[in-house]
Amino acid sequence: MTTLSDPPQESFRLSQLIYDTRYRSMTIQIIALIGFLLLLGWLFGNTAQNLADLGKEPSFRFLSEPAGYDINQRLLEYNSQDTHLRAAFVGLLNTLVVALLGCITATILGVAIGVLRLSSNWVVSKLMMIYVETFRNVPVLLWIVFVMAIMIETMPAPRAFKGENPASEMMLNDSVAVTNRGVYVPEPLFTNTLGDVHLFGAASMRFDVSLDLLALMLVLGASLWGASWFRKRADKIQELTGDRPKTWHVRLGLIVVPTAVLLYVLGFHLGYPELKGFNFKGGTHFRNSLIALWLALSLYTAAFIAEIVRAGIMAIDHGQSEAAAALGLRPNRTMKLVILPQALRVIVPPMISNYLNLTKNSSLAIAVGYMDLTGTLMGITLNQTGRELETVLLTMLIYLAISLSISAVMNMYNNRVKMVER
Amino acid sequence: MSDISFVRTEMLPEQDPPASEVGALGWAKHNLFSGAMNSALTVFSILAIYYVLAALLPWAWSPTWNATSLAGCREILHDLGREGHFSGACWGVINDRWVQLFMGFYPPEHYWRPIAAFILLGVALSPVLFSDQVPAKLIWFTGLYPFLMPWLLWGGSIWVPLMVLAGFVIAYAAYRFILDKMSELIALIAAVIVAVVWWLFLMGPIAEFVFNIIPIGMEAVGSRKFGGMMLSLTIGVVAIGFSLPIGVVLALGRQSDLLIVKALCVGFIEFIRGVPLITLLFVASTLLNIFMPPGTNFDIIMRVIIMATLFASAYMAEVIRGGLAALPTGQYEGADSLGLNYWQAQRLIIMPQALKISIPGIVSTFIGLFKDTTLVSVIGLLDPLGLSNGIRANAEWNGVVWEIYGFIALMFFVFCFSMSRYSMYLERKLQTGHR
Repeated sequence: MTTLSDPPQESFRLSQLIYDTRYRSMTIQIIALIGFLLLLGWLFGNTAQNLADLGKEPSFRFLSEPAGYDINQRLLEYNSQDTHLRAAFVGLLNTLVVALLGCITATILGVAIGVLRLSSNWVVSKLMMIYVETFRNVPVLLWIVFVMAIMIETMPAPRAFKGENPASEMMLNDSVAVTNRGVYVPEPLFTNTLGDVHLFGAASMRFDVSLDLLALMLVLGASLWGASWFRKRADKIQELTGDRPKTWHVRLGLIVVPTAVLLYVLGFHLGYPELKGFNFKGGTHFRNSLIALWLALSLYTAAFIAEIVRAGIMAIDHGQSEAAAALGLRPNRTMKLVILPQALRVIVPPMISNYLNLTKNSSLAIAVGYMDLTGTLMGITLNQTGRELETVLLTMLIYLAISLSISAVMNMYNNRVKMVER
Repeated sequence: MSDISFVRTEMLPEQDPPASEVGALGWAKHNLFSGAMNSALTVFSILAIYYVLAALLPWAWSPTWNATSLAGCREILHDLGREGHFSGACWGVINDRWVQLFMGFYPPEHYWRPIAAFILLGVALSPVLFSDQVPAKLIWFTGLYPFLMPWLLWGGSIWVPLMVLAGFVIAYAAYRFILDKMSELIALIAAVIVAVVWWLFLMGPIAEFVFNIIPIGMEAVGSRKFGGMMLSLTIGVVAIGFSLPIGVVLALGRQSDLLIVKALCVGFIEFIRGVPLITLLFVASTLLNIFMPPGTNFDIIMRVIIMATLFASAYMAEVIRGGLAALPTGQYEGADSLGLNYWQAQRLIIMPQALKISIPGIVSTFIGLFKDTTLVSVIGLLDPLGLSNGIRANAEWNGVVWEIYGFIALMFFVFCFSMSRYSMYLERKLQTGHR
């Protein structure tokens, strides 16, 4: 008589791959993987076949050939004899510049508008609502070309500044000129300059860092650190003795004096733009394309940020501020210690995705001729070399890297402010 | 000595509140001038509104509707004694070109087709969007609409969409047939293979053969003729329509326990979401034909629709993932305890609820995609923005700027604003349903 105490013998049959839930997931995954690899192989095969038919061979050698085109708005030294890689690098920096500028302005504007939209003032809140709805519901590309059109069509030409009795005047005590070719602002100059340091030698990534700027940033950073150390010391003394020593004058001095001394030693002065012939010389020239892109992206994204800020503030229970008042906190302390830390938790995650959107939307620069990564690598370089596969894929990879790093940094920040779950 | 104590024996008549507390004055006092800061803000805002309107209204009030060129507009304004660049708008350009801005170069005798397609779209969507006000049977029309719309827009033989539809029927028949003999998984895979073979190899010749016997069809309209708002709507609607099922699959893949499937889905979603749409459109315009077998030649609008679909699917997947995550775990556990398998649970319990929660997100994805369709002007398609360049380069209207941009902006605003309001209404409706 057979006993049932022995467990049935485990034996593997082929049908278990489909019917047994333990193996089925493995089967599905392997089928999915094979399908994916087949798809990839099919795409690669087609691509190789097509490129062979066209007589092209995928290679990135074109990146080291001279680009042969100019980039008019740039941070780095660049001329048309530099390589395509250098052009792409200059374009990448242009993308980052406009994205950074845009994020800063959009945040400031958006927070202001979001707060004003909650104002008890009827006119102001309705006005802000109209702003938000107008900007959100019209495509950003339309805003970009629209702002560009405003810059070109309504701003005075440089020659309007000429003559005894000019049609237009420079603003802010003859220091800023707004023309239809762009905005000219004073540039910082140093008489006793420390010179530049050249990074990366002759490579495409070569980079001149102004030592003056570096020194200024170092000194300012050290001052700020010292000031915060002073404040912390005051906190400690207050905890021990109950008396808070007066620190604001020391802190102010710490921040202002070293920087001022350094500026004086370096011989800091401003180089004003001046009308020479038919155009402005000197100063820093922000081109129309940069201004239009920057303004349009900021205004558009600000509308979204305003809604996020509004939602964040409204998400905080009214009891929180009442409780803070009951504890005797003053309104500004309530805002800083109670409302803001909680609102930030709601605000930060959607803010991240808006910063990402702004960065990705900056690729629309191509519509107004601002030479960002899209305009250089995927624009003129593509047209000149005919290497569509390499340029487009490289551009996508760079944008992907930018997006992933922004979201990584912002997620780190989010982890710091988010609620600690019990 | 008289008694001076006083006791009131009847109530005093009620008095009106002070004039400064009620009516327009009181409202203004509370809402506009409640403090120094508020008063300053009010005055500043009113001044700002005044300046904008004072500049805009006289410009917009310009009787140039019937002018046939910019010079004509200037002449009309000159006769009224208004000179200069900003003396008045030139509305003639809108009168002349608004049809084009809506329809592109679609043949005028066929205008009824896109119009019918978009009206029927409303009918097809109504069972989803206004489920409580239309008969439930209408959902059958919703199922048929994806095959009707391309036929209306592109025309050609009616047998092509019917044969595509037949592919689904054949796949389903194959599924049922094999299910009787073998397991569900094999049946599913076999059904997919049968459908793909049908669509790729058998459908074309059969459709042609049937068309030769029973020629029913409409005049074909090439994609090149598409333009204006109609192009934007077509790209938006088709891409969102196709992205919905792909997005569901991607979202399920991202949520699944199967490691490889999950990795593939996450990789796809994050890649698409990490790159700008414009790079994907460049892929459409330069690379997509290189990826396809030699000799394939999709026209540019098809390629743009393919890339827009992939783009929208990644965003759709995230929206639907949000819907899945919002479902209480009890729903999943309830489905398990009823003994439903994965697909049954998804089909009967999870998806109906998750999709319902996601509708506002889907609508806002659509709004975003619809606005982003203006990007196709960068690769040379004639959406409203692309058309505006052509109009501005035209000899008659060379120099017109604000009128066209304003009109295009208004068109987009009307579409997007109404959709976003609808989505907000829906959100409120759904919220009360779930509390």
